[in-house]
Amino acid sequence: MAWDYNEKVKELYRNPKNVGLIDGADGVGEVGSIVCGDAMKLSLKVDPETEVIEDAKFQTFGCGSAIASSTALTELIIGKTVDEALKITNRDIVEYLGGLPAEKMHCSVMGREALEAAVADYRGLKVVHEEEDPDSQMVCHCFGVTSKKIERAIRENNLRTVEEITNYTKAGGGCGSCIDELEQILESVKKELSVSAPTASAEPRKKLTTLQKIKLIEETIEKEIRPELMKDGGDITLLDVDGQNVVVQFMGRCMGCQAAAYTLAGVQEKLREMVSPDLVVTVGNE
Amino acid sequence: MMRNVYLDNNATTMVAPEVVDAMLPFLREHYGNPSSMHSFGGGVMGPIEAARKSVAALVGAQSPSEIIFTSCGTEADNTAILSALQTQPDKNHVITSRVEHPAVRSLLQSLTRRGYLVTEVPVDGAGLLDPSDVERAITAATALITVMAANNETGVVHPIRELGAIARRNGVLMHTDAVQLVGKERLRVDELNVDFLAMSGHKIHAPKGVGALWVRRGTRFRPFVIGGHQERGRRGGTEAVPNIVALGKAAELALEHLEDEQVRVRRLRDRLESGLMEAIPRVKLNGSSAQRLPNTSNLSFEHVEGEAILLMMSDLGIAASSGSACTSGSLEPSHVLRAMGVSYTFAHGSIRFSLSRYTTDEDIDYVLEKMPGIIARLRQISPFWTGPVE
Repeated sequence: MAWDYNEKVKELYRNPKNVGLIDGADGVGEVGSIVCGDAMKLSLKVDPETEVIEDAKFQTFGCGSAIASSTALTELIIGKTVDEALKITNRDIVEYLGGLPAEKMHCSVMGREALEAAVADYRGLKVVHEEEDPDSQMVCHCFGVTSKKIERAIRENNLRTVEEITNYTKAGGGCGSCIDELEQILESVKKELSVSAPTASAEPRKKLTTLQKIKLIEETIEKEIRPELMKDGGDITLLDVDGQNVVVQFMGRCMGCQAAAYTLAGVQEKLREMVSPDLVVTVGNE
Repeated sequence: MMRNVYLDNNATTMVAPEVVDAMLPFLREHYGNPSSMHSFGGGVMGPIEAARKSVAALVGAQSPSEIIFTSCGTEADNTAILSALQTQPDKNHVITSRVEHPAVRSLLQSLTRRGYLVTEVPVDGAGLLDPSDVERAITAATALITVMAANNETGVVHPIRELGAIARRNGVLMHTDAVQLVGKERLRVDELNVDFLAMSGHKIHAPKGVGALWVRRGTRFRPFVIGGHQERGRRGGTEAVPNIVALGKAAELALEHLEDEQVRVRRLRDRLESGLMEAIPRVKLNGSSAQRLPNTSNLSFEHVEGEAILLMMSDLGIAASSGSACTSGSLEPSHVLRAMGVSYTFAHGSIRFSLSRYTTDEDIDYVLEKMPGIIARLRQISPFWTGPVE
């Protein structure tokens, strides 16, 4: 099957960066297995004072997208503190790569898991293998995928179908005997997400006073937008409101990153939805 | 120097220039419907029958009337299996192997959901099946034995004549999917003791979109594609005249080149295989070395993944294929390699090289020059590889 890899992915499997094993690494994480068809070993060099990841190297057995995802992960975490690095999700890896074919999403999930394992090793924590976790049970025996991993993939990537679960976690991709179980997990997570999701107000919008408008913008940024950005290691503050013009500033990972334009568009969309459809959001400097 | 080397001929082949020349007039001028009474139609019936003769000669059929043209190999396989079942409504059991092509395997799987029983006979580590297993599986309800003549992934050749004899002895019909064997080994269907044999055009340098089914004269038959009276009522649908003419020409050429395939292509394949195994550590041949098509070599490179190998080969202009999970579109490696008990460390790193009569010595030199570097690079990245990199 010919995969439609973009140029960035092609470039990174042709010329992977940060390949190898760090001598005297402070943390090493190994995930996957040769049986599953992909596996990754990640080693970290961490500054003990600042907890900044000074170096990261990988060894990966897997297809082109697994190799490219490994480079992406190491590039994303070098220079970050361990805590900042842990905020990286598989979506950040996909974003760094400019997208992956749907069937290859599990490669990005493997990168994130390797990071968690390496950090656990660095902190001297016993890595709780998901299969030993009492809250989790083995669902897909072909690929050793637990209910916990599946639930997490559904939540973080807003998965909607069993096929998507297979693309992200491989669960269900072998004998297929767990497909019913996957459907049940999907339904229960969906239910839980729809309960916690904010209910959109059906009330017609009233004309807001300037004060009310500013207050609502502040509230929306605080409650809706900031938590989303902070998940990805970013942040936002409101600088000014002038008529319909909203000026904001991004901080942390959002600053100057490739996705800034997208993030700005997302912020504007959210504010238009929650406050007023005429708002124009721009980025300003203090 | 970058070259383009095509070693994926078990997937599909280049259309032979002579074949293109032969079919073009039937795209440009002779577009008539063979069923028409006027002169436009009359001019194309002759070439269709000539093509039928050429195909019959390639498989060693007694009479050209035993050849039914189809749209592809899969249709030929489906036609044979479904006909055998429909003509014996009192029987519901089929015997097959574990290493069949999806054209047979998927159809049989779907039939099990319609109440049919399917016995899959195992293969050994070399990909060979034991004919006595087939005989033991026969019951009073057995309608058909269907086993491929040669495996597409490994090139392993099955003892069809022996299986056919078993089928005949037990009053069971026998079909063989010979898509990979036709044009590579000399074939006399008469001596094979089979009732049906399927072949495909695009594996023998004809274009995609045409295949053929040989049905032994006197075998009861039900059509699969039901429609007009074409193909003596055995396959409805207006004849794909240009494709059929192309298949005829390709069959002629295949017969002419059989000797070449057997001698020159085999020598090239053997040079490629032994060269790679000498130059690269931890390489394993998948499938019987002796009982094999002359053009196929399926090699596993331990501790590296097939798709990554193919991508790097492709960057250097070399085309082949892999039995790894990533390339199969599923998450499991090839069912053929698994049926043979090939370990996952090897199965994920399997590469199939399949040559054709257009493969040259320079092609093989180029691949032998490039492959060691590719495998070494990937082993350097692999967490499992502990041996020397070069």
